[in-house]
Formats: sequence, structure tokens, C-alpha cells
Amino acid sequence: MYTQAMDTLREEGGDKPALRTAEEAQLQQRFDNRIDAGEFIEAKDWMPENYRKTLLRQISQHAHSEIVGMLPEGNWITRAPTLKRKAILLAKVQDEGGHGLYLYAAAETLGTSRDQMLDALHSGKAKYSSIFNYPTLTWADVGAIGWLVDGAAIMNQVPICRCSFAPYARAMVRICREESFHQRQGYDSLLVMMKEGTEAQRAMVQEAVNRWWWPCLMMFGPPDDQSPNSVQGMRWGIKRVSNDTLRQKFVDAAMQQAEVLGVTFPDPDLRWNEATGHWDYGAIDWSEFWRVVGGEGPCNRERLAARVRAWEEGEWVREAALAHARKFDLKEAA
Amino acid sequence: MISSIKIPAAPELSYLLRLADTCLISGQRLGEWCGHGPILEEDIALSNMALDLIGQSRALLTLAGQRSGESFDEDQLAFLRDEIDYRNPTLAELPRGDFAFTILRNLVLSTWLKLMWERLRDSSDAELAAIAGKALKEARYHQQHAADWAVRLGDGTDESHRRCEAALAQVWLYIPELFEDDAVDAAATAAGLGPAWSQLQEPWLAEIGEVLGEAKLAVPPAPTFRSSGKRGLHSEHMGYLLAEMQYLQRAYPGGAW
Ligand SMILES: [Fe+2]
Ligand SMILES: [Fe+2]
Repeated sequence: MYTQAMDTLREEGGDKPALRTAEEAQLQQRFDNRIDAGEFIEAKDWMPENYRKTLLRQISQHAHSEIVGMLPEGNWITRAPTLKRKAILLAKVQDEGGHGLYLYAAAETLGTSRDQMLDALHSGKAKYSSIFNYPTLTWADVGAIGWLVDGAAIMNQVPICRCSFAPYARAMVRICREESFHQRQGYDSLLVMMKEGTEAQRAMVQEAVNRWWWPCLMMFGPPDDQSPNSVQGMRWGIKRVSNDTLRQKFVDAAMQQAEVLGVTFPDPDLRWNEATGHWDYGAIDWSEFWRVVGGEGPCNRERLAARVRAWEEGEWVREAALAHARKFDLKEAA
Repeated sequence: MISSIKIPAAPELSYLLRLADTCLISGQRLGEWCGHGPILEEDIALSNMALDLIGQSRALLTLAGQRSGESFDEDQLAFLRDEIDYRNPTLAELPRGDFAFTILRNLVLSTWLKLMWERLRDSSDAELAAIAGKALKEARYHQQHAADWAVRLGDGTDESHRRCEAALAQVWLYIPELFEDDAVDAAATAAGLGPAWSQLQEPWLAEIGEVLGEAKLAVPPAPTFRSSGKRGLHSEHMGYLLAEMQYLQRAYPGGAW
């Protein structure tokens, strides 16, 4: 997902560190009680170090995903086929930048600056969602991303609106509203091509859907039985619904939408299961997921390089802004 | 491949297209910053301005289509016109350059547009006047944004000052085109459609001079070079810009988007 932090973090579990003092034990107890009572934790409240660390990792990774996620679709802004679509796409990609802003701000309340987080991104230490390491090869990819990628993001992010950490939950409420708008717009653009377009356009849409389907299913993270940190995430109220449950919900919704659209998904094992009331789907190639997470996806290098380039080329701008602000302060003081 | 539409040679239509194309091509260039800005806030601000400019161009192209006598829509005019029928002044189409170039070009063009929109509120064409009323608010913000940054960069570090000087020297070559009249301006003023471009020069110079002064940047000498984009003779950059912008419409005849 946008936030694979819980799943890709293998080295540090959520184990509680040995408590040092009675006072700390008391704080821990009070924290646990509040979580159990479904209360929200604010940035100024005491929290266990691992809770802070896990959240920081998840929120900053989510923020990085929004920013890196501007690139694949941004790739089509100059080529959008109509002025209306150009405006919609520009507004959408700009929204993603805004999501990055709110999320960096939420993460900063945990005591790490945006510059430090960006540093971790640029040096390759911090991750972002692996979905953005896939290329956008045709215009239909823009619609497919809106429909499926934003769609998967919503599935995963709506439960985070109830995350136990209040600044994150608040940011997510606002973000989810915009994501559902993105999804509708993406779906609508595909619908126009499928219903009113030419044979060549319909083929373009189907081809894009074929490429995005499996990576989108991977966005929900590894199967529940291979997602050891999820338990701690659930316990803390950071994660509310399991990976497989969300994935199933996504498949069920997408199947309905695909039928209206007139496209198919590239999975021969997709079939309705009368007994469960859900769509069964085929085996996901998790080796591909781990390969892309590990840096060997089709665009990992390009995406990171684009972010690093923008940052480095902007250095003189940021320095100039600081220098000017200092001169201004001196003048004010004089 | 869809072939190009042909634009009737009416001066009042050219007047509208010059303005519409200035907005569209500026918006196209600003949109290139999306995802690549020096600071996240500026990334968002530049995209926002691109969005405003694209919106203005859509309103103007729709109006131009209605006034053309050929019932062209905004997309036919944007995507099926040949380079020689594009009427933006050359400055708008130059590559985005570094942040200093983008800021100084924005300063020049947004000031010019602001002055233009102010006057177009009194256009004899009520629809054009309405478009101007809305666009004016946006242009004021664009001008303020560019002026703030011009001052920050001009009076920032040695490097930012040097970059601004270089950018300004390049931008300045294309300024005369923004203020020289021809038959299009004569027809527009005669019809009460809008001001001759030369009428914007004095207030423009005053406002730009003030910002450059605060930015500690010297006004460059007047160039002898004359660009001619508004008459359809563009720079080498324009062909690439249009090839990229128009390719989907050209490659998928009869498509619905
Ligand atoms: Fe987003
Ligand atoms: Fe989105």
C-alpha cells in the first residue's frame, strides 16, 4: 500500500523495550488503557518509543509515496489529450503534492523534520509504495491509476481515518475525500474511452488494466500469515483491517466496476464463490513484490533519481530564500 | 493522423488567439514543473498557476471558436492547429529553464496579463469582459508570487543573483514583441474589443521596474532582436512543444477522451 511500513519492516519488531522505571511502567499502562478504550493519542501525549517510531516510519513513507506518486502520472501532463483532461490531471497531481504536505506535517509532530525525512528518501533509506515503480506507458495508464491505484489507496486509507494517532487520522480524513474524487475521475476517463471511443482506444484501456491489476493487488501488502508486524499494528490501533480483508474488498468492488466498463482482469482464476459471497482470485507473485520493494522494479532508479534531481537543482533556491529571510530579519531588527 | 484545421484570417480572431495562446503555452510550460519543483510548496504553487492559465485559455479558445465563424471547439483549436497558426508571443514557449528563468518569465507575463485583463473588463465583447474579470484575480496572485520570488532570488545569495541576471537578460530579448502593434491591434481597438498591446508598455515598465529595483536587478538594455511568435513565426522550441502536446489527438482519429 502507500504505507508498506508495517510489512517491509522486518528487522525491528514492535516488541516493547524493557521498562526502566516504575513511572514509565505507569505511563505505558495508561497508554495501553487509552488505546484499548479507543481513545486518540495526540502528539504531545506520552507514547512508547516503538509506537512513535512505527508511526513515523509509516506516515513518512506515506508522505514519500504521495510525492513520488506525482511522477508516473505527471509524466502525462504535457501530453493530455484534451484541455479538460489536462486540467483534471494537473489538479490531481497537485492534490497528491498537497497530501504529501499534510502528511509530512503530521509526521513532524513526532519530532522529525521534513528535511530529515526527505534525506532518508533521497539516500534510499526510506521506502515509498512500490506501485509507483511501474511505468505509465500510455494515456490509459492515467485512468487506470485513478481507478485502481487510487481505488486501492482508498480501501486501505479509510480505516486509517480511525488510526489511534490523531494527527495522522485527521490528515487521512481530508486525503480520503480527495482520493475518492480521483478515483471517480480516473474511472470516468476510462468509461468515455470504452463507451464512446474507438477500437484502438478500447485496446489501450484493456492493455493498461492488464498491466496494473496485479501490482494493485500487491499494494495491500503480503498475506496476513506473512505479515508479522500487523499484529502489533492492530494492537496499537495503527492498522485497523488486515491486508487480505482489504484486498478481498478491493477485488469485489473492482469486479463490479470492470463489468460496467467492459474490461477484464488478467487472472483466469477469478470466479464468484457462492459459499463465501466473494470473488476468488489467483495466486499473487510475491517474488515480484519483494523484488520491486527491494529496488529492482522497472522504474525504481528513475523515480528516485527524479526526486533527487529536483531536490539538488532546488538547493540554490532554498538557500537564496533563507539568505533573503535573514537579510529581512536583520533589517527589521535594525 | 488527423489533419490540421485552418484558421480564418480575421484580425479580431487573431487578437483573441494571441491572448488564448499566451495563456495555454505558458500553462503548458509551467505544468512541466509539476513533481519537479525546488520545494514542495512551490511545486504546488506552480501547478496551481498552470491550472489557472489552462483554465483561462479554455475560456478564450471557446470564445475564439464561437467568433471564428467555423464553430471550432477549444480542443480543435488547441490540438489541431499548426504551429504557424499559433499566436502566442515567443517568450511564452521558451523552455522552462531553471527556477530563476521561470520566475522572471512569470513576472513579465503575469504583469502583462494583469494589465491586459484590467483593460479587457471594458471590452465591447461582454463575454471577453466576463473572462477578464475572473482572470484578473488569478493574474494578480501570479504577479505577486513571481514578484516575491524575484526579490528573494535577486536579493538572496550570489548564485541566485547571478542566475536571475542571466535569466533576465534572456527574457528581455523577447519583451519588444509584447508591446509592438500591428493591424491586429488596430482592428481590436477600432472595434472596442481590447487595448493595443503598446498601451500596456508604460504601466508594465513602471511595475516591473519597481520589482527589479527591490530585487537589486538592473533593467537590461533594449534589444535589437525582434521575436515574432504572435505572427506565427516561432522559435525552434515551439515545434517540440506542440508535437508533445498534440500527439494523442493526432494519433487517434475519431477518439473520445
Ligand atoms: Fe494522494
Ligand atoms: Fe490520489
